[in-house]
Amino acid sequence: MKRLRAWIWRLAGILPGERRERELADELESHLRMHIDDNLRSGMTPEQARRVAMLKLGGVAATAQAYRERRGIPFLENLLQDVRFALRQLRKNPGFTSTAILMLALGMCASVAIFAFVDAALIKPLPYRNPDRLVGLFEKAAACPQCNLSYLDYLDWKKFNRVFSSLDAYNHPLFTLSTPQGTEAANGTRVSDGFFRTLGVAPVLGRDFYAGEDLPAAPRTVILSYAVWQKRYNGKPDVIGQTVTLNGELHTVAGVLPREFHFAPAEPSDFWTTLHPGPGCDSRRGCHNLFGIARLKDGVPVSTALADVVSIAQQLERQYPDSNRGFGAIAMPLTDAIVGNLRPVLLVLLGGAGLLLLIASVNIASLLLVRSESRRREMAVRSSLGASRARLICQFAAEALVLVAAGCAIGLTSAGWAMQLLKTLISPHRLAGMPFLHDLGLNLRVLLFAAAISLLAAVLFSLAPALRLRLPEMRAGLAEGSRGSAGTTWRNLGSKLVMLELATAVVLLAGAGLLGQSLYRLLHVDIGLRPDRLASVYVLAPSARYSLVRQCVALERRIVSDIANLPGVKSVGITSALPVRSNDQGTWIRVLGKPWLGDHNDVLDRDVSSGYLAAIGATLLRGRYFTDAEDSSKPRVVIVNQAMAKRYFPGEDPIGKQISFSSDPPVPMEIVGLVEDIKEGPLDIATLPAMYVPFNQNADNGFAVVVRTSLGGESLFSTLDGAIHAIDAGVVTEGEMMMTARIGDSQSAYLHRSTAWLVGGFAALALLLSVVGLYGVVAYSVGQRTREIGVRMALGAEPGAVYRLILKEAVRLTGGGIVLGLAGSLGVGALMRGVLFGVNSWDMPTLAAVAIVLGVAALLASYIPARRAASVNPVEALRAE
Amino acid sequence: MGDKADVWQGTLALMVLKTIEAMGPLHGYGIARRIEQTSGNLLVLNYGTLYPALLRLEQEGSIASEWGASENNRKAKFYKLTRAGRKQLRKETRDWEQTTAILARFLAPSKESA
Repeated sequence: MKRLRAWIWRLAGILPGERRERELADELESHLRMHIDDNLRSGMTPEQARRVAMLKLGGVAATAQAYRERRGIPFLENLLQDVRFALRQLRKNPGFTSTAILMLALGMCASVAIFAFVDAALIKPLPYRNPDRLVGLFEKAAACPQCNLSYLDYLDWKKFNRVFSSLDAYNHPLFTLSTPQGTEAANGTRVSDGFFRTLGVAPVLGRDFYAGEDLPAAPRTVILSYAVWQKRYNGKPDVIGQTVTLNGELHTVAGVLPREFHFAPAEPSDFWTTLHPGPGCDSRRGCHNLFGIARLKDGVPVSTALADVVSIAQQLERQYPDSNRGFGAIAMPLTDAIVGNLRPVLLVLLGGAGLLLLIASVNIASLLLVRSESRRREMAVRSSLGASRARLICQFAAEALVLVAAGCAIGLTSAGWAMQLLKTLISPHRLAGMPFLHDLGLNLRVLLFAAAISLLAAVLFSLAPALRLRLPEMRAGLAEGSRGSAGTTWRNLGSKLVMLELATAVVLLAGAGLLGQSLYRLLHVDIGLRPDRLASVYVLAPSARYSLVRQCVALERRIVSDIANLPGVKSVGITSALPVRSNDQGTWIRVLGKPWLGDHNDVLDRDVSSGYLAAIGATLLRGRYFTDAEDSSKPRVVIVNQAMAKRYFPGEDPIGKQISFSSDPPVPMEIVGLVEDIKEGPLDIATLPAMYVPFNQNADNGFAVVVRTSLGGESLFSTLDGAIHAIDAGVVTEGEMMMTARIGDSQSAYLHRSTAWLVGGFAALALLLSVVGLYGVVAYSVGQRTREIGVRMALGAEPGAVYRLILKEAVRLTGGGIVLGLAGSLGVGALMRGVLFGVNSWDMPTLAAVAIVLGVAALLASYIPARRAASVNPVEALRAE
Repeated sequence: MGDKADVWQGTLALMVLKTIEAMGPLHGYGIARRIEQTSGNLLVLNYGTLYPALLRLEQEGSIASEWGASENNRKAKFYKLTRAGRKQLRKETRDWEQTTAILARFLAPSKESA
């Protein structure tokens, strides 16, 4: 307490106070007078009296100094003084100061903003209880590494596992919501009864689903997302017990989820209903439509859980070979299942931002070195006047502190803006699938990261110039005069730093080049269709009125004919799934006339209307397309792609061959056509065997409509939706998008594009910064060597020789940087292999182009000082001595 | 060793507090002189060291100061004991007595206790 009080006083004592100084002087003065009075009284002469009094006091100045040191905190006072001095110094050099601060701010802005994304996606725990104990569960087939579970498999996994305290399932189909205003598409998720308990999430209002509420007998209930509760029900608590019509059925609202709840794999999701397995897909073990989540029992590691579900899957394979043969199992941490695909991309971006920060810091460090070089005399004078080495280092530290504080303030502010800007660049539909990005911002972890960077920068920036502070050398600095030949020491260190910068820039440029090439190759993958002017929209008809094939076919025919009559429409088609989406598992076939032992031949399966393949601009290689008349009353027909022909009919003509879905006895379908591969799955995955069967023979109440049109713009989609709703107001439309946008926005294109652009931006900045750094070194060396150049020219050197002299150094530095950088690029490229597509990490043209770009930029930057050197007037250069 | 001793570290504060307690409000010079007198002029005090010590006691709240007039009508800063200072003095006195008592036992002619 006493100590604290004293420290507070001392802290206050730092503030300059004239009154306190005067009081001290007065007190010492009165002390001396009283002492002198006494001395005089004891018979001393006035001089003697004064001398003795002074002696006894130990000197006025020394006493006052001891007093002052006790009054404040000397260390802090020195620091403040240094900071004030540093501010003055930096103000005198606005060019240097603003360059250094801006470079640091730039580096900080990039790395902090990217780190905020890394934090939001990879570091911040998911909003569940003990999220690290949650796993995602998948089945695994050859064509589908992370497949969904069938309902019956889910039940068996739940029953037989020994590693989970609970296991639940969900899926995320398109919902319809009926209101007095009409029927619209809605986002919803079907979950098993214990889903929220497994996550460890409780509703903020109402109740959770009770056990057994997901069974067919239980009344239908729904739990609302916080957002939809606010939007549709104005956040009123009396929402509990109200009813909502979802998918044509009344659901009673049971609860409302917390505001911070999100579940990325199913987002956006407003209505959470229970599974209520129906007679369709849910009743067939071979129909996979659910994803699993589970909570590990205490002490059980993921590896044990994996082994357990694999053994269950093996058991099910033996028990149900028809449906389960070839199906393995996967259990992985839920975090990996949710953000696993973002991790490599984010790490590449963080690496890029880090390298940019490195270049910026090295640049500032070398600027500080130059400054310390030109301040040798000042330092020498100060040290010979008695400044200790520590005190001089303190001075540099104070300057570094001021620079870092300013750079950090600007960097953090702009990072805050940058991350919001980056977020707005993500398409709304993508952003909805990444709910963990919602509260992106400067949270504690991000600030700690920024603080760590600042600390490192401060240490680097105070040590770089302080390294030069060796006392004997400083004395030499004083003796040496203004000639500055000691510049060589600096040139060695400084040029090493520049080489490092150039090498880093090469690495970034090479990375950007590789990513750019990947993006280009990805967007120019042959997708087997013409996406331009091709509109697409999903359609969902209410299952109550469209449960029979006949009803669905009627709807399809109406839609096709009505839309075909719209002005500007050239062709219309219908498919069960649009191209370029995530790979689904497809179906299994058998080839008739070839031995079949129940093995699973995976084939993607699309139900398409007769005009679909022509409408999307597929290329028919052999045979024919379907006719509209080919419905269930006609013989079954099928069109296959090249991959399928190659896999199942190698070296044969597939036309006329018969295949069947894997059933016993088979239901033969005749192959009537062969098309070029259409990219059904993601752009970066090789096309799988696929077959196209007539929609009229396999109709369903949910499908996608594609329309080739000469029109464009937003009005196109409202016209299309209007035409569909005119047929049946209960049919909902969703996901209206042009095919080009759908491809550009597909996950793989999206990730490649954002990485390529961001790393490209970092690389451009890195190129600029490193070239500026090189310019600085060369210009400085020209400045230092003006006299030498003058002498050379006076002795008859041609300007050409001077150019060579200066450029030789630039070429040496650039060459060194490029060689180092190319070596680094090979390593970095190998690390980035996971995010590259269609290009090798050692892609020679990219590396060569990078070397040329950097080389040219570097030579241009050094040409300016070289020209200045060549135009040195020898007379003036020598006279300046 | 000479016949005059320097002031030991840490004891100056105690002497100052005790002096002020005994004499009432007093200025720095007076305190210094009084300490020397009380020691029977055995202590040599460098008067300059007194002022940082006074400042420290004031920062710690043991004493308070105000300007006044000396016996010879000279303007001087007078220090007086605060309540916290009295408590501090009592505590330090006790501590010091204990320390000297312990030391005295050590320095007393040994009697080989069991």
